[in-house]
Amino acid sequence: MADEDKKAEHTREVRYNEDDLEIRRPEGETGENTDRVSPIMRKDEGQQPEKRKGFFAEMLAPVGGFGVTFSTMCRKVDTEEYPEKPRPTQARYHGRHQLNRYADGLEKCIGCELCAWACPADAILVEGADNTDEARFSPGERYGRVYQINYLRCIFCGLCIEACPTRALTMTNEYEMADAERAPLIYEKHQLLAPMEDGMLRAPLPMADGTDHHDYYMGRVTGPTPGQQEYVADRDGQTTDQNDSGPTAEQEAYR
Amino acid sequence: MIAAQLVQHAGEGLALGPAVPTADVPAADFSDTPWWLTLIKGQMVFVFLLLNVLVVIWFERRVVGQMQQRPGPNRFGPFGLFQTLADGLKLMMKEDVIPSNADRVMFIVAPLITGALAFVSFAIIPMGAEVEMFGHTTPLQLTDTPVATLLVLAVAGVGAYGFVLAGWSSGSTYPLLGGLRSTAQVISYEIAMGLSLVAVFLYAGSMSTSQIVAAQADLWYIIPLFFSFVIYLVTMVGETNRLPFDLAEGEGELGGGFHTEYSSMKFGMFFLGEYINMFTVSALATTLFLGGWMAPPGIAWINDGMFNEGWWTFLWFFLKMWLFIFGYVWLRGSLPRVRYDQFMKLGWKIMIPAALAWVVAVAFIRAAQIGYFGDSIWATIITVAAIAVLVIFGLLLWDRRSQAAQEAEQRSRQAPDEVDPFAGGYPVPPLPGQRLVERPRAVTAAEPVTVDAGSGPTHDSPEDDRGR
Repeated sequence: MADEDKKAEHTREVRYNEDDLEIRRPEGETGENTDRVSPIMRKDEGQQPEKRKGFFAEMLAPVGGFGVTFSTMCRKVDTEEYPEKPRPTQARYHGRHQLNRYADGLEKCIGCELCAWACPADAILVEGADNTDEARFSPGERYGRVYQINYLRCIFCGLCIEACPTRALTMTNEYEMADAERAPLIYEKHQLLAPMEDGMLRAPLPMADGTDHHDYYMGRVTGPTPGQQEYVADRDGQTTDQNDSGPTAEQEAYR
Repeated sequence: MIAAQLVQHAGEGLALGPAVPTADVPAADFSDTPWWLTLIKGQMVFVFLLLNVLVVIWFERRVVGQMQQRPGPNRFGPFGLFQTLADGLKLMMKEDVIPSNADRVMFIVAPLITGALAFVSFAIIPMGAEVEMFGHTTPLQLTDTPVATLLVLAVAGVGAYGFVLAGWSSGSTYPLLGGLRSTAQVISYEIAMGLSLVAVFLYAGSMSTSQIVAAQADLWYIIPLFFSFVIYLVTMVGETNRLPFDLAEGEGELGGGFHTEYSSMKFGMFFLGEYINMFTVSALATTLFLGGWMAPPGIAWINDGMFNEGWWTFLWFFLKMWLFIFGYVWLRGSLPRVRYDQFMKLGWKIMIPAALAWVVAVAFIRAAQIGYFGDSIWATIITVAAIAVLVIFGLLLWDRRSQAAQEAEQRSRQAPDEVDPFAGGYPVPPLPGQRLVERPRAVTAAEPVTVDAGSGPTHDSPEDDRGR
């Protein structure tokens, strides 16, 4: 009686387990599928035809590593010689910012602070001020009197560039901005302003003759007019009479 | 002069049959070398080795760097050549720590033994033919003795004391293990190395290094004794504790091995010793198998042997020695460290028996060549043929054995068709293609409970059936 029970139990268990195995297999996979075999079973599979190597290739295979190291020795070294030969960045690399100018030398920044508001890292500080007839730095009403970017905070995401309505703020490819102290990493306006190009006049100066800020914005001003040049010549003649310090002193005047 | 005579003599012996092996005196002629010139030459060897070490460390780092597609040290000096100088200075400036557990005397003596003995062996290396130096004609070799080659082995054996004592006196576990490994390594591989040298002695009829070089005037021993050369190459890496056999200082296993507790210039001495040992064994390999300072064939024939005398010979010696150094670096760039048991197995079960068999074969061939088996030229040919047949037969036998062993292993690995998942005491899933054989359970399952339709719970809304 007990034996019979055991036997029944046994057969039932086996059948149950076979069913279980069937069920547990993923769909479309049968018991005969040997895609996923253990290393032990693969040994048998190795007897199936595979690509035969040449006699010498097979003989030298155990010391093939020496060939690898030797041929690598003749290859070009991949290391970048950074400080001596810096590699150029990608054309649109997000580097240090730059405050652009119009072709006659007036600044594009209008002190609207949109860049500062767009900045997710709160790295930009802008203080706008009114342009006057005596001291005009940009076309239109306002100009950025204080412009600071804190490169300890900046994440170079470029949202400020997207926010700028006059294309005053863009980014350069320069990335060497390390310093041992904090203060020098807060860049001021005179550090961020684009360099003067040929023909540009140093602000403050009046707008080009017979134009308004719309003309500037639409790109109709392509260079300084004679009136502007005259104004600057007058102004510089006065300043050089007063003090002999040259452009650095004038840069100080921006701040 | 004497060298030439001896070579001639040996050649006659080869041609004419039985001849007494050449006299066991060095071929180098030191009669015109005053004591002060010997002193100067000793200084020159010392400086030569030190400069070589400075260059080889840089060379190794550069070459291994190139092998890994990076430049290696390139900052200090042209191509980073002075990097080793800077590193050496740094080593000297560092704090010299002696652990409180250490045996102070031995801890200090051990690096001195290693560093000092490394220089000794180079005394007997013939670095060139006779040259004019300060008005005297003297060979480019510090000294030579009838048993000069044995001196190298002896000094290497004593040098091992440096490693052992360093390991023991550090009073810490890893250095001790490293020291023990180092001893075992030197002992195991010096046997095979000595046996590979025996074949050279049999051919040259002398242990004097200058005479071994002279005996290779016609044929470098790398050709007739290629097998010895291979054994020597392997054992010299084992002897010098270099990758892939640097088990005595395996960083991954033993911290730093025998020099774990060493710092500053004491560590520097081990470093220095290791690199000079590299040069010593490379120079010995050059001397024994590559014709020492002899110009390579082809160049040797130019202009009536112009390049085979004077200071030119030093160039050939230098190039050949550095060939081995490059081999060392190449090994280091290519191979990982072997396991300790594999290393010992290679030494005792393969190198020593193979070297022994080879020495016996060389002895027979040499005896036939010299004429112990009769004057006929057939004696040599028959001996070589008999040895070849034996070797082939042995190889076949060995191949069959290893194949049978491989098949047996394959069979033992074959997974059985049926698997009892609980055989090992814990459940194991069956491999694909295997069938489960389930044992009956110890506890039988309970009878299924039959539930009649009326007794089940009643549901009022379809929501009660959620999840069923």
